[in-house]
Amino acid sequence: MSIELLLALSLAVPAAGTLLILLLRENPNAREAASLVTAGALFAIVLRIYGVVSSGERPELVLAEPIRGIPIALEAEPLGVLFALIASFLWIVTTMYSIGYMRGHHEKNQTRFYVFFAFAIASVMGVAFAGNLFTLFVFYEILSLTTFPLVTHAGTDAARRAGRVYLGILFGTSIAFQLLAIVWTYAVAGTLDFQAGGILDGRLAGIAVPVLLGLFVFGIGKAAVMPFHRWLPAAMVAPTPVSALLHAVAVVKAGVFSVLKISVYVFGIDFLAGAGASVWLMWAAAATIILGSLVAFTKDNLKARLAYSTVSQLSYVVLGAMLANSWGVIGSGLHILMHAFGKITLFFCAGAIMVAAHKSEVSQLKGLGRTMPVTFGAFFIGTLSIVGLPPTGGSWSKWFLGVGSLEAGQVGLMAVLMVSSLLSLAYLMEIPLKGFFHKPDEPPHHEGIHEGPKWSLVAIVTTAVACLALFLYPEPFYRLMTMVAGP
Amino acid sequence: MTAQLPILQIIVPLLAAPICAVLRHGRAAAWLAVLASWSALAIALALLGQVMAGGVVSYHIGDWVPPIGIEYRVDIVNAWVLVIVASMGAVVAPYSVKSVEHEIASRRIPLFYAAYLLCLSGLLGITITGDMFNVFVFLEISSLSAYALISLGRPRRALTAAYRYLIMGSVGATFIVIGIGLLYVMTGSLNMADLAELLPGVWDSRTVKVAYGFLGVGVCLKLALFPLHLWLPNAYAFAPSPVTAFMASTATKVAVYMLLRFFLSIFGAAFSFDVMALDRVLLPLALVAVVSMSLVAIFQVDVKRLLAYSSVAQIGYMILGLSFASVTGLTATLLHLFNHALMKGALFMALGCVVYRIGSVHIDAMAGLGKRMPWTMAAFVVGGLSLVGVPLTVGFISKWYLILGALEKGGPWTAVAVLVLATSVMALVYVWRVVEAAYLREFSGDETTGEAPLSLLAPTWVLVAANLYFGIDAVRTAGVARQAAEVLMAGIGS
Repeated sequence: MSIELLLALSLAVPAAGTLLILLLRENPNAREAASLVTAGALFAIVLRIYGVVSSGERPELVLAEPIRGIPIALEAEPLGVLFALIASFLWIVTTMYSIGYMRGHHEKNQTRFYVFFAFAIASVMGVAFAGNLFTLFVFYEILSLTTFPLVTHAGTDAARRAGRVYLGILFGTSIAFQLLAIVWTYAVAGTLDFQAGGILDGRLAGIAVPVLLGLFVFGIGKAAVMPFHRWLPAAMVAPTPVSALLHAVAVVKAGVFSVLKISVYVFGIDFLAGAGASVWLMWAAAATIILGSLVAFTKDNLKARLAYSTVSQLSYVVLGAMLANSWGVIGSGLHILMHAFGKITLFFCAGAIMVAAHKSEVSQLKGLGRTMPVTFGAFFIGTLSIVGLPPTGGSWSKWFLGVGSLEAGQVGLMAVLMVSSLLSLAYLMEIPLKGFFHKPDEPPHHEGIHEGPKWSLVAIVTTAVACLALFLYPEPFYRLMTMVAGP
Repeated sequence: MTAQLPILQIIVPLLAAPICAVLRHGRAAAWLAVLASWSALAIALALLGQVMAGGVVSYHIGDWVPPIGIEYRVDIVNAWVLVIVASMGAVVAPYSVKSVEHEIASRRIPLFYAAYLLCLSGLLGITITGDMFNVFVFLEISSLSAYALISLGRPRRALTAAYRYLIMGSVGATFIVIGIGLLYVMTGSLNMADLAELLPGVWDSRTVKVAYGFLGVGVCLKLALFPLHLWLPNAYAFAPSPVTAFMASTATKVAVYMLLRFFLSIFGAAFSFDVMALDRVLLPLALVAVVSMSLVAIFQVDVKRLLAYSSVAQIGYMILGLSFASVTGLTATLLHLFNHALMKGALFMALGCVVYRIGSVHIDAMAGLGKRMPWTMAAFVVGGLSLVGVPLTVGFISKWYLILGALEKGGPWTAVAVLVLATSVMALVYVWRVVEAAYLREFSGDETTGEAPLSLLAPTWVLVAANLYFGIDAVRTAGVARQAAEVLMAGIGS
């Protein structure tokens, strides 16, 4: 099969999956099987693309040409492949998890849920394989639209308000800043293609460079750099699988992925470092890292705490891109991966606790670890990975980000990384500690509570084990990132 | 036969109109109108083909040689506008069949189609003619029939809305005829091409400048440029649904065309921009229109009115493109003529479907309609996204060229680009209020409410599909618009 066809299939398969899901809506078992099969097929396709790209090829495919010289084109390059691998693999796991969760939680409109989920994944693939800025923008916007019905799934007043914030910030920033930045880029560079080394070198100088970069970073609202982070906690009204895959992995990572991709392929890290354009944004990211952690402390609602933790962690990726050196880029790319596995584990656990024990606040979790040992054990591993402690994958990305900060001569940023690690250790570790070591307030209450649905448990164990495995085998992903960052 | 196309463009709908009136049978008149409007579209497309292949088409009525006789003159600019007007005429006509039966008393239906065709031929006439006085004649034909069409609206307030439009429109038409008269006094000619040659000789005269002012104000009244837009919201809100869809997507577009034709071809781009500072006059008006009307739209509860205010804002975009005084800016204007026709046509037609089923387009009445009328509301969502300027819709293409035009000029114009984007966000707000009501609130109306009939949905979805198609493949439309922009800006640097 030709590799270009595979690129097209990476979008077409999840899109076609929605049809299958719709057709099988009368039979929930067949419908969920369709979701799983689609997810598996997609992962197989992405693996195949990975094989080709890691051998140095860059397959391309033009889908349409809306404006002369600005096609909608797909191109597979290492960074995009890394992102696609993460998203498509975790889609399989999340689908398994959803089956347990959605049934255990008796959610309504499950068909609509699975349909829009598949659409969202198709748009994520478009973001991952976008061959130019315009294509990236197109799929970025489609992703906002396809996830809106998932966020407002409950249909309550709270969901409606959250949907308003969600779409308002994501669309608002993308139209007001990102689109402006894209047209500006086109006006000065005459092209929107992603190229190694960037397209702006020699075409833009002075104060314009940091301003343009700022428009991109803040225009990509999905990266949740403060003050445009409010949509992420708001999106937590969605069912937990959505929060897990989309708002810990796919959507937010699409944001930071875009930031990284634009830094590397539109600006070029050498150009950024030379112009010193990214220094002010390093500090914007650093501020988000610290403030996000501090806010997370104040949240008693488990999902809200995880959301603010995500806000903080996303800025690690942004920070890595803004460091504008190879170590920073490698650390940034690896953090997309490591944080994805760590945070999805935490969300899975939060969802399992909600379904099995109907607890959503941190303060209610005392002693629950003894009735749900697997869930709380997985939460512990996920926490280690987020904090960046061995033996979990998270330690690698923290390591490279640290090296990158020193290389950029920013000792202050190194300190920020350390402080935020401590903060995250404190606010996340509280949960397994409470679960295992605190005495429950009113003991008899825990009768009838046991581990979550078995489908969900499989998913939780898978991602937790992956966190550990990534500590031992980060090699393939490290190699992909060195291809992006250059020697 | 092909040589007669320019006159047939007018004759076909013009002659079908009185036949409709005497038919006295609603359905027969309707199908005659459909037939006539489709023929008009075929002719317009053929003309565009001719112009693109062989340059300007000139037709002498009764073989009287211009400038003595009346000339119909089709170049790429008006061929483009003809296609826009004729397409909308052709899509709205079949849509009217059911919609009108629902909204207008049956004895008036043949008269409705007569007025509809008259309005169509008037608009086509303004566009095609190469004679100034002829413009005025067709302007009156289209305006008078438009007043009649609006007054057919079911709410009693349609009458006052039509009356208000009548007063304002007549003032505008009078200003235009005064302007034409002054030009005739100075040059002794009414032929546009002839005037374009004669006028540079008398550029300095105050009379010509006064004529310029009269024409400008008159045309701006017709195209509802802020602050001369006061007639528009009520007229659109109270007119029957197909009339709103038709007027919103054609009448103001033709007025914008008049502005371009008068000021850029006849007076010349050089005179307008260098001597009269047209760009500096229009820029603030356009900006105020875009910002203030988007803001007003956000607070409307009647969705038809909401879209009417949005129309005034969108006209601001078109005028904004003109005020850039550059080829890219003008390309944006010309593209937006077409693109805005597609989006507003689709949106107003979706609202027509809503009126057909629940009789109201109040935002509260539309609550929960997403489940009841899935196709109608899906059409509204796509049209709305296009209005916001989301990529893969035509709205994005317009916005792209508009922003590119602003950024090309650089310097303080960057602020204009920012303002355009800010108003897109406002558009998102007013569109999303409706979407949210339709999808995230509970339906409270009649339990039997279902989807609109196919004869309403099909034309609506034709426009929706066009919104997407020309958003994904805009190379052709942008190419024509750019060619037209180059023609209009001839003699002045890009």
